[in-house]
Amino acid sequence: MNIHEYQGKALLKANGVPVLEGVHCTSVEQALAAYDKLNSKVVAVKSQIHAGGRGKGTLFNPETREHVMDGGVKIAFSKDEVEKYSSHILGNLLVTIQTGDEGKVVNNLYIESGCEIEHEYYLALLVDRDNKSVLIMASTEGGMDIEDVAHNTPELIHKISVDPNSGLLGFQKRDLGMALGLSGAALKSFFKMLGKMYDMFVSNDCAMVEINPLVKNKNDEIIALDAKISFDENAEFRHKNWDELRDLSEEEDVEIRAKETGLSYVKLDGNIGCLVNGAGLAMATMDVIKLYGGEPANFLDVGGGANEEQVKTAFSIILEDPNVKGILVNIFGGIMRCDIIARGVIAATEALSLDVPLVVRLAGTNVDEGKAILAASSLNIHPADDLAEGAKKIVSLIGGEA
Amino acid sequence: MAIWIEEDAKVLVQGITGKQGHFHADKMVEYGTNIVGGCTPGKGGQTVELQGKDFPVWDSMREAIAATDADATVIYVPPPFAGEAIMEAAEAFDSVKGEGVVVCITEGIPTLDMVKAVSYVYNRPGVRLIGPNCPGIITPGENGGAKIGIMPGHIHAKGRIGIVSKSGTLTYEAVAQTMSIGEGQSTCVGIGGDPVNGTGFIDCLAAFEADEQTEAIVMIGEIGGNAEQEAAAWAAENVTKPIVGFVAGATAPPGKRMGHAGAIISGGKGTAEEKFAAFEAAGIACAKDPSELGAVLLESLKKAGLR
Repeated sequence: MNIHEYQGKALLKANGVPVLEGVHCTSVEQALAAYDKLNSKVVAVKSQIHAGGRGKGTLFNPETREHVMDGGVKIAFSKDEVEKYSSHILGNLLVTIQTGDEGKVVNNLYIESGCEIEHEYYLALLVDRDNKSVLIMASTEGGMDIEDVAHNTPELIHKISVDPNSGLLGFQKRDLGMALGLSGAALKSFFKMLGKMYDMFVSNDCAMVEINPLVKNKNDEIIALDAKISFDENAEFRHKNWDELRDLSEEEDVEIRAKETGLSYVKLDGNIGCLVNGAGLAMATMDVIKLYGGEPANFLDVGGGANEEQVKTAFSIILEDPNVKGILVNIFGGIMRCDIIARGVIAATEALSLDVPLVVRLAGTNVDEGKAILAASSLNIHPADDLAEGAKKIVSLIGGEA
Repeated sequence: MAIWIEEDAKVLVQGITGKQGHFHADKMVEYGTNIVGGCTPGKGGQTVELQGKDFPVWDSMREAIAATDADATVIYVPPPFAGEAIMEAAEAFDSVKGEGVVVCITEGIPTLDMVKAVSYVYNRPGVRLIGPNCPGIITPGENGGAKIGIMPGHIHAKGRIGIVSKSGTLTYEAVAQTMSIGEGQSTCVGIGGDPVNGTGFIDCLAAFEADEQTEAIVMIGEIGGNAEQEAAAWAAENVTKPIVGFVAGATAPPGKRMGHAGAIISGGKGTAEEKFAAFEAAGIACAKDPSELGAVLLESLKKAGLR
């Protein structure tokens, strides 16, 4: 789960990590009031969306797609400029390298005080799958795309791995600071900041914290100038406040509804809907559709113990997508019995008066009963014995290549 | 022989009085697994009925292992408590008998809980953790066998193919594929789809290589991380038995979590293409379609003079 920069900054501040003064705004009036309140000669006017590359992004009118302004993060030197930039940002579509062409409408702004930057660094904390521990990564090359730095000058990226039994140790913080070339007051400031940030990472069940740039100012203070923070969704049960931080406008409505009914759904661009049990098999089903010349419309995992009602919900979610021209159901019954799935499929197709071709492949527990139930129904359901046959059938039924 | 779990292994169930734990404990007994009891804190002294027979419940894993000399435990504890259940089991096996296998089925455990639990298990070298978020491990026997997890037992048969996979239902698919060419399984291990887990691909490959019963291996990966790439490189140097592979997620879009917490392509890394390439570079015979795993396996067996 991602949060906005302004929320991340509030979290950093609450945990003792130095950030600049800033105000979250949702209107031009609020932005102007924020400028007065901050009393800073220079302020940054920052678009708040859950995607990177905002500074180099482009703003468009959401209806006409007319170009409005280059750059989703602007430096304003006067109140007039704050007014101009915030009115050009709010309500418009920001397209960045990470949003895709459709972009994202900006509903939130962050107005932040200026700061005299001496040097920009990069800092990230994340769970390292290979070492099975929290990894801290830092670089002197702040403000750049870190993937490029990692590719071109890997020696400029410094890493430390935190042993969960001992936590982040003093010498590790010192080593990392020294690797960045820090000394004296700046090293002290970095040392303190990193300890606070690690504690925040752990106590908030973060999945990733990325600060790019982390800066040193003229007074040798280390400050987080950006904040990209995401949480581990598995830990939601112990963080009641996440509900307030979640910006539903940033998430696909249908993916949220699927999650509420215990389904895992991801929309894709193709025209063959898939309904599968198990994440691995659901991915494999998409892959095989593509292999035989079709394009999957979605990833959908109904889980290990889906009931008739969930199967029905799954069908209705798939059919909401107007691109869907056919559906492939692929169930390998383990805990889930094929006869139950067969009944669910029939109930759902009747209730939703399904009018696109439907191919059903059943295997595993009670497969013969399941197949008999489908065969006995008067509905136009095409059976398949294995995944390849199912994929070929649905592709040819919608007029594809196979 | 098989790997880690013998056909007659003595197995405990943590969370045996819960709905999931009870349901699956019953299925395991039905399959023939040698269940010796369970553990639910606060319910020690009670019994649980499985397939018409009563099984004892203990308050702690230490008591349960001391009383039964169990070889393995399977965890069906809800996510908030599962990390600690793993650590309790690891500590108990280590202190009571110095070894044991801990299988965790639970899906949705916070990642930082798993970072702690995995490190805790790692410090007890006699203890092996399988999972979490996995179907478990099964060693099919002549009559029944040891099914420790949630997989449908009846699709398996004793044989010489070792299977290791990150996914549940896709493992069943692989099992059905071996059966379609008349081959059974030595042991099938689901290592789980979480970013931080216990036993990995390399552990399984090493064990299958050393196991006399196993003559060929099926390895099923999915997008995210680079465990498959590392395993492939390791296999090229260390595994002499034929390996057949598949990777799910070739059509998955970057940056989207595909069901499993670990199944996500981030920063352009961990794609199926990358993993298939690593498999091929290591001489692993790949199926681009899981329905072809049987055919690819048959070809590999023939090449190796095993058919």
